[in-house]
Amino acid sequence: MNISNSIVEKAADATAKVTPISVVRRVRGLSDRAIAWLFIAPAIVLLLAINIFPLIWAIYLSFTNYRANRPNAAVEGVGLRNYERVLTDPDIWQAMQTTAHFVFWTIVLQTVIGFTLAYLIDRKFRGHAFWTTVILIPMMLSPAVVGNFWRFLYEPQIGLFAYAVSWLSGIPTSDIRMLGDVSLAPWAIIIVDTWMWTPYVMLICLAGLRSIPDYIYEAAEVDRASAWRQFWSITVPMALPFIMLAVLFRGIENFKMFDMVTLLTGGGPGSVTEVASITLKRAAFESWATGRASAFAIVLFVAVFGLANIYVKALNKVKQR
Amino acid sequence: MSSANSAHSVVEPSFTSKRIAGAIVILYALITLIPLVWIFLTSIKSPPDSISYPPKIVFTPSLEGYCNLLTTRTRQTPEYIASLPEPTGTCDEVTRKRNMVIAGPSNFLPRFVNSLVIAFGSTFLAVLLGTMAAYGFSRFRVPLADDLLFFILSTRMMPPIAVAIPIYLMYRELGLSDTALGMILLYTAVNVSLAVWLLKGFIDEIPREYEEAAMIDGYTRLQAFRKVVLPQATTGIAATAIFCLIFAWNEYAFAALLTSGSAQTAPPFIPTIIGEGGQDWPAVAAGTTIFLIPILVFTILLRKQLLRGITFGAVRK
Repeated sequence: MNISNSIVEKAADATAKVTPISVVRRVRGLSDRAIAWLFIAPAIVLLLAINIFPLIWAIYLSFTNYRANRPNAAVEGVGLRNYERVLTDPDIWQAMQTTAHFVFWTIVLQTVIGFTLAYLIDRKFRGHAFWTTVILIPMMLSPAVVGNFWRFLYEPQIGLFAYAVSWLSGIPTSDIRMLGDVSLAPWAIIIVDTWMWTPYVMLICLAGLRSIPDYIYEAAEVDRASAWRQFWSITVPMALPFIMLAVLFRGIENFKMFDMVTLLTGGGPGSVTEVASITLKRAAFESWATGRASAFAIVLFVAVFGLANIYVKALNKVKQR
Repeated sequence: MSSANSAHSVVEPSFTSKRIAGAIVILYALITLIPLVWIFLTSIKSPPDSISYPPKIVFTPSLEGYCNLLTTRTRQTPEYIASLPEPTGTCDEVTRKRNMVIAGPSNFLPRFVNSLVIAFGSTFLAVLLGTMAAYGFSRFRVPLADDLLFFILSTRMMPPIAVAIPIYLMYRELGLSDTALGMILLYTAVNVSLAVWLLKGFIDEIPREYEEAAMIDGYTRLQAFRKVVLPQATTGIAATAIFCLIFAWNEYAFAALLTSGSAQTAPPFIPTIIGEGGQDWPAVAAGTTIFLIPILVFTILLRKQLLRGITFGAVRK
């Protein structure tokens, strides 16, 4: 019995081995094509319904004078007038400038601090894994919920931030009105964003530093290159694609900045911290100018998409070096 | 930066340079923790302590913040309060000291439960759909796959407010605004693009030969997927799930615009906790503390998977 069984098995095995895989697949159940479709379709359908369809709808709305608070009013096509208004609106250019200012400073600060930290952590001092995890904590938290609490930290009379700064610098706390002062409010937001997202840049830089093989340093060591020279001619160039990637991700994220600004300053004082997303929210959900807001949204999307594309091309050039 | 030795030098870096590096990193870590420590300390302060100047580091802990977070209260005359029966709990006592009585539970718990339901529901769906789609993209020749993938990812470049305009109108038509289902579908859609990208990377790393071998042994493609690929992809799936969960848990813009009552999550709710005369900071801090704890626990337990996910698998173990 056993013997016959094993012979049958061997025969079956041998048959299976010589049968081309394509035949095996055709014999059994679902074809690969059907499975490929079945597997990909649900995700695509969902994206079409909740990402693409609304996008197309927004494009359509941007050519109309539709207002969301008057769903029954007649909708008229207005051609390119919405776009014209968006592109000639000084408030919108102001918001774009404010956004660019935030993007620039947050990226500069986060890259410098993040790379420095990654470089130090890469020296693998005792307990570096534990402290890396500790540094990561802020980026895991909700920007809205934590940003809201920073308002309390920034309170000029009772807040810890003003107290600490005044204790270190001797400036009276009444002068440290981080959220009420026109020149300080943008920095209040930049500080919170940097506190939150430096760990993210640090992580990507760390991945870059760890991707540099040791033998390059060993060769440099044999050539008697100074540590300074090694840093500028090996470490920085080899980690550069990673640093650029971090800058890309942060740039896209901060272009969309909304939560933290809304809760910290709401765009104020005046409109010095009014970033693009807040202007957009006001146009869409306060003025109810749905058509114009949609046009602005499309302009924003095209701008980010275009800039990101140019940037990715530059990044690929750096990678190929 | 101008240290004498490189970390990679053939000669081991000197003990001092490592110590200096360590000291700077630890100092930075401690400074970044201050706001979080302050959130916790504020949550166990009484309201007068929380707004004292200079800020108090030593104080008598009080549960008032948590009581105020979980209850609504009404002001009463001292005579009326004296006529009441004995207080039944800590919150009762604390509240009466302020000449108030507890009127009922606050909205915090329902909002917190909404956050849980929506975050876990959308994470489950995004990982399920994402795993399937990633397997499809990874193993079969899909026409235009690269364009499709890039397009999927580019949808994340839209500011949430821009997406929210048509979503708001669409949900209003479909009756999905302010429903948990609407929020779950929306977060799933936002997360699915990232899930597909991450998981495709993880599944690409699993050699095809395993499946081929399993199929020669008589498994169907679906069985091979379930019994060979899925067990191999567990780490990747866990990493992806954490990312989806963190996004859905922390999201504010969509939640603030599309929910107002029954499906409102905690992030838009917490900033609206008001006491007498502005924000009730101990209560806000208490809500923030409760809200942050799950994510803190996740971060610490699953840091390895997180590290892999953030760096797109660039950091090898």
